[in-house]
Amino acid sequence: MSETVYEVMKSQGITRRSFIKFCSLMAAGMSLAPSFVPVIAQALETMPRVPVLWLHGLECTCCSESFIRSSHPLAKDVILSMISLDYDDTLMAAAGNEAEACLESVMEKYPGEYILAVEGNPPMNEDGMYCIVGGKPFVEQLRRVASKAKAVIAWGSCASWGCVQAAKPNPTQATPIHEILTDKQVIKIPGCPPIAEVMTGVITYITTFGRIPDLDREGRPKMFYSQRIHDKCYRRPNYDAGQYVEHWDDEGARKGYCLYKMGCKGPVTYNACSTTGWNNGVSFPIKSGHGCIGCSEKDFWDKGPFYKHLSNLDGFGIEADADTIGLTALGVAGAGVAAHALLTGVKKSREDHESGKTKDSPSGPSGKDQ
Amino acid sequence: MSVYETQGFRMDNSGRRVVVDPVTRIEGHLRCEVNLDSNNIIRNAVSSGTMWRGIETILKGRDPRDAWAFTQRICGVCTGVHAMVSVRTVEDALGISIPDNANIIRNLMHLTLMVQDHLVHFYHLHAMDWVDVPNALKADPRQTSAIAQKISRWPNSSPGYFRDVQNRLKKFVESGQLGPFMNGYWGNPSYKLPAEVNLLAVTHYLEALDFQKEIVKIHTIFGGKNPHPNWLVGGVPCAINIDGDLAAGAPLNMERLNYVSQIIERTITFIDQVYIPDLVAIASYYKDWLYGGGLSSQNVMSYGEFPDHPNDYSPRNLLLPRGAIIGGDLSTVHPVDLRNPREIEEYVVHSWYRYPDETRGIHPWDGITDPNYVLGKKAKGTPTDIKELDEEGKYTFIKAPRWNGHAMEVGPLARWIIGYAQKKPEFKEPVDKLLGTLGLPVSALFSTLGRTAARGLEASWAAHKMRYFHKRLMDNIRAGNTATANTEKWEPRTWPKECKGVGFAEAPRGALGHWIRIREGKIENYQAVVPTTWNGSPRDPKGQIGAFEAALMNTPLADPKQPLEILRTLHSFDPCLACSTHIMGPEGEPLHSVKVR
Repeated sequence: MSETVYEVMKSQGITRRSFIKFCSLMAAGMSLAPSFVPVIAQALETMPRVPVLWLHGLECTCCSESFIRSSHPLAKDVILSMISLDYDDTLMAAAGNEAEACLESVMEKYPGEYILAVEGNPPMNEDGMYCIVGGKPFVEQLRRVASKAKAVIAWGSCASWGCVQAAKPNPTQATPIHEILTDKQVIKIPGCPPIAEVMTGVITYITTFGRIPDLDREGRPKMFYSQRIHDKCYRRPNYDAGQYVEHWDDEGARKGYCLYKMGCKGPVTYNACSTTGWNNGVSFPIKSGHGCIGCSEKDFWDKGPFYKHLSNLDGFGIEADADTIGLTALGVAGAGVAAHALLTGVKKSREDHESGKTKDSPSGPSGKDQ
Repeated sequence: MSVYETQGFRMDNSGRRVVVDPVTRIEGHLRCEVNLDSNNIIRNAVSSGTMWRGIETILKGRDPRDAWAFTQRICGVCTGVHAMVSVRTVEDALGISIPDNANIIRNLMHLTLMVQDHLVHFYHLHAMDWVDVPNALKADPRQTSAIAQKISRWPNSSPGYFRDVQNRLKKFVESGQLGPFMNGYWGNPSYKLPAEVNLLAVTHYLEALDFQKEIVKIHTIFGGKNPHPNWLVGGVPCAINIDGDLAAGAPLNMERLNYVSQIIERTITFIDQVYIPDLVAIASYYKDWLYGGGLSSQNVMSYGEFPDHPNDYSPRNLLLPRGAIIGGDLSTVHPVDLRNPREIEEYVVHSWYRYPDETRGIHPWDGITDPNYVLGKKAKGTPTDIKELDEEGKYTFIKAPRWNGHAMEVGPLARWIIGYAQKKPEFKEPVDKLLGTLGLPVSALFSTLGRTAARGLEASWAAHKMRYFHKRLMDNIRAGNTATANTEKWEPRTWPKECKGVGFAEAPRGALGHWIRIREGKIENYQAVVPTTWNGSPRDPKGQIGAFEAALMNTPLADPKQPLEILRTLHSFDPCLACSTHIMGPEGEPLHSVKVR
C-alpha cells in the first residue's frame, strides 16, 4: 500500500479533526489514557498492517483451527505483526454490537484497503436464514463486507467449492462465495482444511509483495496448487513399480507401498500436502497410511466412495500443471496409461467399475464455474 | 409478558431485553437474549443456535465406511471425535471388533484432542472473559516474574521475559490497530485480576498459541493431518513396522513412536506447569463470583469414555465415568442406555423443525427432522431481520434432547461431578485439592468457575493418560503384537442385509452419540445428538430450560452495555454450534419441499 491510512481517510473526505476523534475513540475503547491518542494517530498515519476481516458462514471452523497451527510464520506473529485481524468471530474479544462495530469501523475507515477472508459459505435456501448473523442472513454480511474489500480470500473447500454441506443433495443450497461475489476476484485456498502454512503463506505473500499471488484458472495460487499430490508423493516409486497396499495392515501397508488400490485420490488432487506436509511437515495422509480423500478438489464428497480406487489415470508427468493438463488431457481416458507399470491395476479397476461410475477427474482442468 | 417456574428458576421476561449476537469466541453461530430486572439481574435467558447444515441428510445412501469423514466435518474444533464415534457406530452395527493397538491409538488421538481443545478454550476462547488484556500494560514485570516463579517451575519466568512481552503488547496497542482486541469490554468492573496477573495470562495466551500446535502433531503422525485426521472402520490406517523391511517408510516406526512420546512429555509439562497454575491463580481472584451453576447442581450426564481394552464400552471398562445424576442426588448415579427408545428423546416445539405431534419426543433411531423456520408471534423485526426472538414460539436450530424427560448438563464438569459422586480417587482427589487451595466448599463446583476448573483438571488427567496409553502401545509391540486393523468385514458382501448401531464418546464438550441404520451396504439413516445440543437446548413442551439458559439465570451484570458476564458463562460451556445444529433426521421432509429461491 502506498497510501497511509490517514491519507486514505483524508481522500474519503474525513477531516483531521474527525481523524483525531477516531483515535480518541480507539484509545477509549482500550481503556487507555488520553496520552495514547497522538501515539495512535501517528501510527495510523503510517499504518503498517493490512486490516483483515475474517467472516464465518456455514462451516466447521477447521480453517481457523488450521490457521492457528501455522509454524512459519507463527500464527501469533501473523496476528500481532503482519496483519490486523480486526474481525474474526472465533478469536475476537468483542461480541454482539461491539463486534459488529469492529466490522463497520474497518469498512468505513479503510474502504478498498482491507482483505476479506471468508471461511464457510452462505446457504441460499430459506432466504439465507440457515445461517444467521446479528439477526440477518449471513449472505447479506458477506456481500456488504465484500463490496469495499481490496481482495477476497476463500479459505478452505467450503468457501471455494461448497464442501460437505454442499454435497448432494445440498439441503441448504450452500453456495461457494465466487458465485455470490461475481464482480470480485476470489483467491481460492481449497482444502478441508487448507494446510496452515499455505494459509499464512498466501497472507504473507500479499503483505510482503503488496499484490496477490499468481492464480490458476480456478483462482488457486499456483505456488501451492499447481501439482498433484501424486506427482511429489514419496510413495510414487512404489506406484511406478506396481507395489500396492492390497488390504489394511498388510505387508504393503507396513512397507509404505502405494495406496492407489485403497482409493487414494492423490493422482487427481491438486494440493501441497506431499511437498509442504502437514503441521510443520510432520506428515501427510499418505505417509500416515491412509489414501488422500481429495479434500481440496471441487465436489470431492460426491466423487467417492473414498475407498474405491480411481477408475482411470492419465499418464502425464510431473511437469504438467493443472491448467495444461486441463487444456490438453481432460477426457483422454487412459491414453497414457500403458506407459505405466500399473497397467494391471488399472485394468482391474475398470472391471470393478463397469457399472458406470463417474470418471474421476481433477477439478483443475475444467476451468469453468457454474 | 410471562412468568413461570421451572427447575427451581423463576422465568420472567418482563424486564429490559438485551441481545448478544454474534456471541464470539465459540465455534459457529450463537445468539443470546436476556431480560434484566431493575437491578440488572438476568431473569430470563434465551439461547438460539443460528446455523443449520443438514449433514445427516447428505449421508443417506452413502458407504458407511465413508461416514467418519462426513461427520468429522460437523466440527473442526473438536476435530476427530465425530469421526471416532462414527467408526464406533459402524463397527457396532456391523459387529466389527478392532485390535488392541487400534483402540490404544484411537485413545491417544482422542486424548490429544481433549488436551489441545481444553487448552485452546482456556487461553484463546475463554481467558478474555477473566483477563483484561490492555491492563497488562500497567504491570510491573518484576512482580509478574515473582508471581510466576512462586506458582510454577515453568522456566519462562524472568522479569526480562515478561518485559519483552509487555513491550510487544505496548507496541501493538500503540499501533492503533488493535486487531482481535478491538472493542473488548476492557476496564469493566467485573475484571478482577491485578495488572501483574493480567500480564502473566497474556504472556501465556501467546505461549499456549505456540504450544497447542505441537500437541496436535500426534494426530498428524497417526492420522496424517490436523485438523481432520484420517480414521478407519475396523482399526486405524497407520500400520506399524518397527524393524522389518522398509520400516523407514512405514506410517509408524521407532522414530514416529519416539516423536509421539516426546510430544506427550512436553504436553504434560505444559499443562501441569502453565495451564493448571494459571487456572488456580486466576480462579483465586474470582472465587466470590460463583454464578452460572445452572443445571449442574441438578442434572448432569456422561456416556463415559476411553475404553481401556478394545471392543468393550461398558462402564467398568471406561476411564471417564458414565452415568446420570438427577435432582442433585450425588448418592445415586443412574445407568444410561443409548439404545433404550424411552431414555433419550428430542423435542422440537421451540426448534425450527416440525413434528407431527410436537408434544412428544422422539428417539434418534426414529428421528424426524423437517426444517420449519418460523418466528414466534411476539418476535420483533422480520424473518430476515430479527430484532428479538419470541421464546414462546420457535427460536433456534437446536433441538431439545431430554434424558428420561430431564434437561441435562454435559461436559467436563458433568464428568467430574459424576466421578466425584462415585468417589473415584482420580477425580475426587484433584477436586478436593483444588477446592482446598482456593478455600471453597464443594458447592462452589456448581458454577461457571467450576466448569472452567473441571476442564483444566481434565486436561491434566488426559495428558497423563496419554503417557499410560503410549506405554501400553510399546508393551504390545514388545510382545510382538503390531496389528492395527481388522479387515474381516471390510467388504460390504460380508455385511448383514440390514442392521443398526450406536456409537458414543465423551467429546471435550460432553456426551456425543451417533445412531445409524444400514441397509444393503448403504446408510439408510444417520443421527447425531451432540454435547451442545444438550447444553444449548431450548425449552421443551413442559417449559424446561436447557443448560445455557439455566446457567445465565439470576446473574447480575455490572454494566448491561457490556454483557461480559453473559459471555463468561456461555463460554464456560465451550459452545460448539456447528455440532449442535447440523441435525437433520433420516425421515426428513423430501428435499423438493425445501424452498429454493
